[in-house]
This record gives sequence, C-alpha cells and structure tokens, in this order.
Amino acid sequence: MSEPGNQPIGRGGSVMRLRGLIRKEFLQIVRDPSSMAIAFLMPAILLFLFGYGVSLDAKHIPIALIVDDKSEIAENFASELGGSDYFRPQRFLNMAQAQQQMMQGKVQAIVRLREDFSRQIAEGSQAAVQVIVNGIDANYGRLVLGYIQGAWAKWLEHTAQMHGQAIAGPVNIEHRIWFNAEVQSRNYLVPGLIALIMTLIGALLTAMVMAREWERGTLEALLVTPARVGEVLVSKLAAYYLLGVGGMLLSVGMAVFLFGVPLRGSFAVLFAASSLFLLAALGMGLLISTVTRNQFVAGQTAIIVTYLPAFLLSGFIFDIASMPWLVRGITHVVAARYFVAILQTVFLAGDIWSVILPNAAALAAMAAILLFLVRVKSSKRLE
Amino acid sequence: MEVSAKSLEHPQAVVFETVSKSFKKAASAVAALHEVSFSVAPGSITGLIGPDAAGKSTLMRLATGLLVPDSGTITVLGHDAVAEPLQIQTRVGYMPQRFGLYEDLTTQENLDLYADLQGVRPEDRPPRYDELMRMTGLGDFRKRLAGRLSGGMKQKLGLACTLVRYPELLVLDEPTVGVDPLSRRELWNIVYQLVREQQMTVLLSTAYLDEAENCDHIVMLYEGRVLGQGTPADFKKKVEGRTYAARIEGNDSKRSLQEKISRAAGVVDAVIQGDSIRLLTDKTHPQTTFDFEIQPILPRFEDSFIDMLSGLKTDETTAPVPDWSDTIKKKPDLHKPVIHVQNLSRRFGDFYAVKDISFEVYPGEIFGLLGANGAGKSTTFRMLCGLLPVSSGTLYVAGADLRHAAAAARLRIGYMSQKFSLYGDLSVRQNLNFYSSAYGLQGKIQAERIEWALEEFGLHSMADDNSITLPLGFRQRLSMACAVMHHPDILFLDEPTSGVDPLARRHFWSRINTLAEQNVTIMVTTHFMEEAEYCNRLAIMAAGQILTIGTPKEIRLQAADREHPDPTIEQAFIRLIEREESQRRTA
Amino acid sequence: MHIFLHNIRALVTKEFLAVLRDPKSRIVLIVPPIVQLLVFGYAITFDLNRVPLAVYDENPSQASRELIALFTGSPNFHKVASIDRQEQIAELIDRKDALMVVHIGSSFTRDLLLSKPASVQIILDGRNSNTALIALNYAQSIVSRFNDAWRQTHQLAGPPARLETRAWFNPNLESRWFMIPGIAGLLTLVVTMTVTALSVAREREQGTFDQLLMTPLRPVEILLGKTLPGFIIGLIEGTFIFAVTVLWFKIPLRGHLLTLYTGLSLFLLSSVGVGLMISSLSATMQQGLLGAFLFLVPAITLSGFTTPIVNMPVWLQYLTLLNPMRYFMVVIRSTFLEGAAFGSLVHQFWPMGVIGLVCMSAAGWLFRNRLY
Repeated sequence: MSEPGNQPIGRGGSVMRLRGLIRKEFLQIVRDPSSMAIAFLMPAILLFLFGYGVSLDAKHIPIALIVDDKSEIAENFASELGGSDYFRPQRFLNMAQAQQQMMQGKVQAIVRLREDFSRQIAEGSQAAVQVIVNGIDANYGRLVLGYIQGAWAKWLEHTAQMHGQAIAGPVNIEHRIWFNAEVQSRNYLVPGLIALIMTLIGALLTAMVMAREWERGTLEALLVTPARVGEVLVSKLAAYYLLGVGGMLLSVGMAVFLFGVPLRGSFAVLFAASSLFLLAALGMGLLISTVTRNQFVAGQTAIIVTYLPAFLLSGFIFDIASMPWLVRGITHVVAARYFVAILQTVFLAGDIWSVILPNAAALAAMAAILLFLVRVKSSKRLE
Repeated sequence: MEVSAKSLEHPQAVVFETVSKSFKKAASAVAALHEVSFSVAPGSITGLIGPDAAGKSTLMRLATGLLVPDSGTITVLGHDAVAEPLQIQTRVGYMPQRFGLYEDLTTQENLDLYADLQGVRPEDRPPRYDELMRMTGLGDFRKRLAGRLSGGMKQKLGLACTLVRYPELLVLDEPTVGVDPLSRRELWNIVYQLVREQQMTVLLSTAYLDEAENCDHIVMLYEGRVLGQGTPADFKKKVEGRTYAARIEGNDSKRSLQEKISRAAGVVDAVIQGDSIRLLTDKTHPQTTFDFEIQPILPRFEDSFIDMLSGLKTDETTAPVPDWSDTIKKKPDLHKPVIHVQNLSRRFGDFYAVKDISFEVYPGEIFGLLGANGAGKSTTFRMLCGLLPVSSGTLYVAGADLRHAAAAARLRIGYMSQKFSLYGDLSVRQNLNFYSSAYGLQGKIQAERIEWALEEFGLHSMADDNSITLPLGFRQRLSMACAVMHHPDILFLDEPTSGVDPLARRHFWSRINTLAEQNVTIMVTTHFMEEAEYCNRLAIMAAGQILTIGTPKEIRLQAADREHPDPTIEQAFIRLIEREESQRRTA
Repeated sequence: MHIFLHNIRALVTKEFLAVLRDPKSRIVLIVPPIVQLLVFGYAITFDLNRVPLAVYDENPSQASRELIALFTGSPNFHKVASIDRQEQIAELIDRKDALMVVHIGSSFTRDLLLSKPASVQIILDGRNSNTALIALNYAQSIVSRFNDAWRQTHQLAGPPARLETRAWFNPNLESRWFMIPGIAGLLTLVVTMTVTALSVAREREQGTFDQLLMTPLRPVEILLGKTLPGFIIGLIEGTFIFAVTVLWFKIPLRGHLLTLYTGLSLFLLSSVGVGLMISSLSATMQQGLLGAFLFLVPAITLSGFTTPIVNMPVWLQYLTLLNPMRYFMVVIRSTFLEGAAFGSLVHQFWPMGVIGLVCMSAAGWLFRNRLY
C-alpha cells in the first residue's frame, strides 16, 4: 500500500504501544485531582499527623493530687511528681472533686496521700499511697501507671539516699531498648506509615482504574486494537508503579529529613523492598478491579481488603505475635505485614539480611501470584 | 496494491456461517443471534439493518473477536474469529456504539494513543493527522479535552481514532447516533472516500435508513435472525408500485391528515414528507381507491423496511391512545405563551454557548429546536429546565423560572435528557416505579400508569432487566415513558429518537401528536430532519444563536432557490447552516 | 405531609435498590464488617501475649532459676531460647526471634545473698517502641513480685511506703475493652462514608442527577432520601456490632441503651452529612471515593481510637474538634465501660449534631449550585 502511515511497525510495535498506553495513564493521573491528592497530598497529611501529632508517648499527663497530710515528707513527694516532665498535677482538696474530674476525662489518674502518711513512715509500718488510674484506655492507663511507679521509685531512692541507706529492692532492672533508645514512637510509626501510604497508591487507586475503563466503555475500543491484554496491564502497572515510587520517595524524604527518623540500613534495600511491595499492592488492586468491573464495589473492596488490614494487621501498631493463632494466620496473606517488618528493620536496625530476605521472598511470592491471577482473569473478550 | 492482493486470496472479507449466540440472563438463556449466515464482499459497504434489539451489536462484537459464538463459524479477513482474534484485531478498525474516547485526554492525545496502539510510524503521522483533521473538521479542537467536545465531534473523533491506520475492514456500530445532518454527511463522505480510494471493506449498522440506501449490500436482522439480504434495489423492488404521495389540501393540518391516512384500510405506513403525505399500501390493496388524491412515487428502502417489519412487530402496534383529559384541568389560553425566552445568554468563560436568543412557545405547540452539534440546543434546554443558571436574559416556563420556582412547578414538566439518564442498576419496572412516585403518583393510578407505559412502549418482555443492559432504542423508550407518565403540560424532549428504529419512531411521533392535540406543549430537538416536519414551528440554531424561526414550510421556502425550488427540510437545514457559516467566514 | 412521606419512601427505596440490587455490592456491605469485627476484635490489642523471650543466665543458681520461672510461667512471655554467649543476644534480637532478652549476670546471686542491690539486665527490641515499653512493664511487675517474695522469705525490710494501685472501669487493664467499642465506631464510619460518598457522585457521573432535579422532589426530600439509607445501614451495622461486643466479647455495657443510640444516631447523622457533602462536591465516583478517603484516614487517626488525643500537640487537639468520630469514641467508651449518664455526655452530643446539620445544608445547597 502506497498510503503513508498504513504500514504497521513490526518489531517496535509493542514498545510503541506500551509507550502510548503509559503516556495515557500518566495524562489521566495528572488531570484527575483526586488521584494526585491520594498520591501526594495524602502521604503528606499522614506523615504530618504521625510525625508531629499522633504519639503513643505521653507527656504532661494531667493527674489529680490529693495531699491530706501536711508534713514535709508528703510535700516532698508531691514536688517530685510535679518536677517530672511526665505529669501535670492538679491539687484537689477531697476525693469527690478528683473523682468528678476523672469521670469527665480531665485527669487520667488520682494520687492520694492520706493524713497518716508521714506517721506511718515514721513508725516503719508501710505507708500506702493510693493510686487510681482511668482504665478505659487500658494501654494509656498502663503507661500512666508505669510513669507513676517510676516517679515513685525515684522518690524512694532520693529519700533513702538522704537517710544514707540503700533502699533499692533486692533485684533491680537495668533495661536497654535497642534501636530506639529514646523510645520515640515516631521512629517506628513513620516508617510503618510508608506501608500504609503505598497501599493507598498501589491498591486503592489501581482498584478504581480498570473498573473505570469497564464502566465508561473505553476498554471495548481498546480491545479491538493490536494491543495485547498484557500490554494494557503492564502500562497500568508501570504508571502506578512510578506514582508509588514518587510517594515512597516523598515519604522517606520527609521521614529522614523532617522528622529525623534514622535510616540505618541502605537506601537500595529500602527501594528494592518497596518495589516488591508495590508490585504486590498493584497486583491486588488490579485483581480487585478486573474481577469487580464496578467502581463502587472495587473501591469498597480495596478499602476493606487492603487498607484496613495494612493499618491493623500488619504489625504497624499492633503486635502480631500477640494475636490469636487464627488472626496470626490471616496476617500471613497481608502483604503489608512483610513490608512493615522490612521497613522497621531497615530504618531502625540496619540491613539485617535474616529479616529482610524471608520477608522479601514472601513479598515476591505474593506479587507473582497476584499478577499471575490478574493475567489469567483478564481476557480480550467482553464476557 | 497490497490490500486488494490480500483480498483476492480470500474472496469474502467476512463470513458468518450458522452463527448462534445466547446470553445467560437470570436462569434462562436468551438467544441474541440464531443461525445467522451472511458474507461481506471485499471493498463493499454492508449494512446491518434491523429494529432495536435485533442483535446488531452482538454480531459486530462477534466479528471483532470480543465475544465467542455458541455455535457456527466466523471468518474475518481469512482468520477464524475464535482461534485468532488478535490477527483480526490488528487488521480491523472497530468503532463501538459508545466509542471509548478518554475524556480527560485532548483530541490530539487520543489520536496519539491510537496511533501508538496501531503502530503508525512517527514519520507517517503528521500527514495522516492533517488528513484526518481535514476530513473531520476537528483541526481547531486539537487541544480541547475530548470530554468537552459536543456529541457529534466525539463521534467524528472516534472515527478518526479508528482510522489512524487505515484498516482493511472497518466495523461501525451506529456511528451517527446523535450526530447532526451536516456532520453526518461529512462522516459518510469520509467513509465513502475510504471505500473508493482504499478499497476498504465496511460493515456498519444504522438506524438512519437513508444511510442504508447507500450500502452495497444489506442484511436485515430481526430478533436475531436474518430476515433477508440483498442490494437496496432488491428490497425496493418488493414494494414497487405501492408507494404514493397524497397532497395536503385546504385547512387540514398535515398531522391530522397523516393520522387519518395511516388509519385508512390498506395503508401500511404514512409519513409527512414536505407538503405531502407519503404512503405505502398493502400488498393486497395495490389499487385501492382512497377518498383522497394520490400520486405514485418512487419507493425508498425505508418503505420496504416498514413493509417487512410491520407485519412482524406486534408488541406495540395496538397501543391505546392515551387519554390525558384528567390532567389538563382547564383549557389553557392558547394565545398566552407557556414558554417565554428573552435575550437569553449563557457564557462559559469567554465562550458563549448560547447568545442572546428569544422565542415563545404556545400551548399545544410542537416546537422544534434544530442545529448542528454544539450549536447550544442542550444548553438552552438545561437553562429552560432550571438545571443551569443563566448568564443574562429572562425566561419563564409555565409562568415561572424553574431554577427558583417551587418544586410543584416541576410537576407540570416532563424532561427527557439527551444522554441516557435513568438508573442503570435498576430494572425497567423499578425505574418506572421510582419516577412515577417522584411525580406524586400512587396507589391504583400509579399501577395503571406503569402498566400503560410497559404496554405502550413495548417494554413488557424486559420489565425486569436492568435498564443499562437494554439496547439503545429501548433505553430511549424507557426514558420517554418516565418523562410522560405523570401527564405533564410541558414536555422537553432532547433528541428523544436518537438510535431508535424507524418503526418505534413512528409510534413515538404518533404519541407526541396525540399529546399536542390535548394541548400539551412539546419542545423537542432532533437530528432526524424528516421529524422536523411534525413540528408546528422550528428554530434553527447555530453557534449559540437562532438563525431563523418559522413553520417547516417557511423554512423550506427560505432555503429555496433556482437550483432547488422545492428542497426537503434536510436540504434546507444544511443550506441555511452553510450560508451562515460562509457569511461568518467572510465577515 | 402524606405526599412528603410518599416521596421519601420512593427515594429511599430507590437508593436501597441502587446499593443492594447488585449482588456484589450486597456482599461488600454485609460480609466484611462481620469478618472484620471478629478479626480486628482479636487483633487490635496492646496487650502482649507470648512475647518471645530469651534467657541468658551466666551463673545459674536457685535464685536465678526462681526469677526465670516467674518469667516463663507468665502468659505474657514465651521462652524461645536459652543462650550462653553475649553475641547470641544480638543474633536473636536482630532476627526478631526474641523481643526481649533477660540477662542475669555472674554476680547476681552473690549480690543478692549479700543484700547488695542485684541487677538484671533486660534488652528489648525497640523497633516497635510501644511494644517494647509494654514488655518492659510486664518485666518490672514480675521482678517486683520476685522482690516481695524474696523479702518475705529473708525477712528483709520493705521500702517505707508502697503504692496501692487500682484501675477504674477496667480493673485488669485489658485493652480489648477499650478497642472493641472503638471498632464499632470505625466500622460504622467506614461503611456509611463509602455508601454516602458515592451516592450523589454516582448520579452525577451517570447523568441521573439532572433527571432527579427535574422532578417535583424538593432538595430537602432528596437530601433525606440520600441520608436515610446510609443512616439505616449504619444503624443496623452498629446494632450488630454492639450485640457482638456484649455477647461474644463479653464486654460490659454499663450505660443506658438510650444514651448509646443517641450517640450512634448523632454520629451517623454527622458522618452521613460529611459523606454527602464530599459526594456533592465530586463530579465522578472516583473523586467521591477518594475524597471520602481523604477525610476518613485523618478522621480515624485523630479520633483517639488508637492513640489518646491528650498526647497530641495542642493545635492538633483543636483540629480534632471538627472530627465527629472523636466525640463518638468518648460516647461509646464511656457508655460501655463507665456507664456514663446521658446528661454527662451532652457536650459530646451537640457537636456531632452541629457537624451533621452544617454538612447536610452544604450538601443540599451544592445539589443545585455546584460549579459547572
């Protein structure tokens, strides 16, 4: 045929088709404010919230303090509490007032020294300090209790030193917390968050895109072109992979440079692990999209089977080992679980291959299985 | 030439041999195609013609390898459609009914995508793009997002995307639905040119029977079976000597005359054509005498289509004439306009979609709004309906501005939008149920009206199907049913007959006529110019402005000149628009 | 009034059909919340069980064995290894085989018998520092139990004073008691938000919204029609979750049902309101869903569900005042665990009502006035 443009390109065809499809995906991403928001605004918001706001470490806990004993020794204890960074004690005259404050959630604990406190100490019969914590938030209650006990032990030590006696118990604990000596929850929350952010970009966004093509009828014309199903899928993978990498770089950058989270392992390992995880998340998103062909169902499913598990079952906040065996079993199919393990290790501990390799292998296996399923489930037929 | 050499290897471009296909629906399987056999000769245009739900789209999807037949064999360009779909897909161009343009990509980006997918060499692209842009007239819109193009432009862009590399076989599923006559003509010119110059083979389906007239070969489908095939002349031969024109005399309105004639014994079909009524007589009454004067005229393909189907289609021929006497409480003042539009404008940024238009519509009038795609008809409709705020000017519908009027004012309005806009996931019956309730119908009346709608619009057999799965023509019927069930005083119909088959269109208009007789005011847009003849008055819009307003006859006369003393309304329309465009260009 | 109810019924029926007619979306709405409640109910707890523990006893003796026995006997710990070299500590912890290593030095027994302070070294994996702190807490109470016992058997004097601790509302400090009522809030929010966030956006994307606006239905009616399905679905799911909380997880419901349901209703009102507002702003379903998500994630984070609001910086605490889930968390937890009276929660109720009404009005206004 003499007509220009009618000679199909032979070998370069696939490359050209892929390039065209990927460019199309990018243009769609760039033109839709909501996908840009999920890819870049959402990570920033989350990182800010967890980096600056949300923390499991307590400071300036409001507590109620009732000192019925006017002695010097009692005052001494009260000032020990007040001098600590952890507490913000408020004085109350009687128990009823303090209880009311606790009911309203204005104080987290009540510490009471009875009138016979100093007398009992002088007599050598063990004086009792009454401590009541609000147990509604058990974790927080335990934390508060721990801090009070710590302050208490310190006071005992001071008092003993003043009287020239060793008072510490028969056995004392010397503890060392490795990898996170300052015990800053930000140091593990922020790396874990990266798994959550990449789940959003990888699974939630892609879950919508394939379903959208079905719903809008754009796929029918696409199918009757020389494009292979594989190429359509690869183009979506490539576009959203790059978007995911963008989100990852943003998150890692903010984590290290803004929040000062140490990155003790190598960036290369982090990047490789992130790529594997992204592939698994993308596979999940595409699978949901391909199977449901409906944006409403795809979106709901993506939130339910990817986001919430990544948040709650990945070991990001809650300890997996403490879950019942059945739930622990379920966490094994949550890709985020493997990624969180790698993230926390690479950031805080370093390139520990005995942790990284098995988890990376699990991610690779999940990615392979999911992508294989996607390929099997997509065909160039309408039915 | 390479293509013709290839074509010689396999004498037929498309061969269907006893192909059957059924879809599972709930428990039962519904046959979409039943033992269909036909073939398409290379370098020819083959038209698939048939009423709504005849199985045309299914057939095209089978030919492109998107569906797999239950039995039978399909060979396309020498390849088996089941075994080698990819071989076929690299060599055909397919434009589905709803072409998948990416709406958030520009015209140029859509073209680039399809050029990449079709493997067009970069160096070959600029000349090809220029050619396509010239053919489609989209050159000025290369940077516009596809989602912002008007319906007709989208169709043209869809065709352009399909043609970035000339395919050996072009498959077009209703390519001209919702496309104005001007663009339609341009679109066909492109296709004819390709067939002529490239020896391209074309397989198409259409609801415009004048388009069918230009096909080399026609396959008539009905309920999944081939009812007949041959050249348009073969079909016309069957009704030879049975087509006449009856001149309209005296004060008889042409609509009532058309009603009268269509009910006369021995008349199969009667339609308004210019100043006369065109009629087709029964086989058994070729020489019947009528109490009006008739003159024999040449048959059209449409006559044979109606002739073949009118005997078969029983589901809607006996629909009762609706009696709306209950809703039109008091006789309206026929000289007081119900729709009043004064200096109305609508601006989007710098662009005037509607600019300074004024008109009035009186009770019982059928007022037609004609215009090219993007002329501002839908924008006008949306403003009248209160869906879009006006930029300037005043408008009253039934004495109120619907944007600010109380909800009860909308009880008097029926609205059917251009795009299918009913609940796709709800069944036909559930949609009827919902809309009748929304318009305050309840109890026995509601049940009666729903029953009436199912009957009247031939929707009984698909009452429990999800409405999104209905064929295009049936979706339009459902939309119409939802718009009229509450017996409105004023009906807004935006392209109500797009994609509807000719038979159903006749019933549509017969219904509209009956309503107008009961003083219901009807405002309608259409791209079927012969339908414009049914209107009392027409306004022709171009570029957001009204070119002219008048009765169909006045408009025809405006366009008449020495060359065409008696133009059809379609010719008149095209002439007026072209005249306007050339004026604007010189200005 | 009659026609009003008739209209509402028609709208609600239509909305329910749109959501529930497709079997896939039925499944998505019904099954996952049940599964999630059960899975998360067991998973979301800060209590540690079977913390993998390694013991490095350099000089085994009666005393050290007794101490170790206290650790291994505790349900919180699970001994995975005994080691005899310093280097093994790092190996075990790095590989995450052990979260904690108890290191008893060679001078332990001697110091103890000489009544000198004997020390036990505890090494923890701080990669999740919260878990590490909790484990340390457990270790501390085990050591103090050992100390008490040791003093008794060796007639040593105790410290001059002791702490008498008690936890109100949750005597054993079980975090499940705290978390599961929270899940009720989380799941109802997720479900109602996703149902409502798509409802208007879907109609806009499919073009049905214009058709709806053309009917004589008033915006108030359309609004109510869109509100009720999300509200009813939320109410049913909430009730189901409450039932499971009480009957399956055996968490006491100390407060009044009226209080609980007032809170739930207001919470649903506010979350449906936010969902509808997002939906009315969106042109497509994707925007609706992602918009809902953009709200959902910070809302869950800032609700006090997992981390206490009082720990947050002050500016962020003010921001949480806009979050309806924050109020519901207080209502649900204090109703379940404290048995709080209706009156004491008024300050949690009204903000939810205000958020709901403001968002609904905005949504109703946007129906007709969204920018084109």
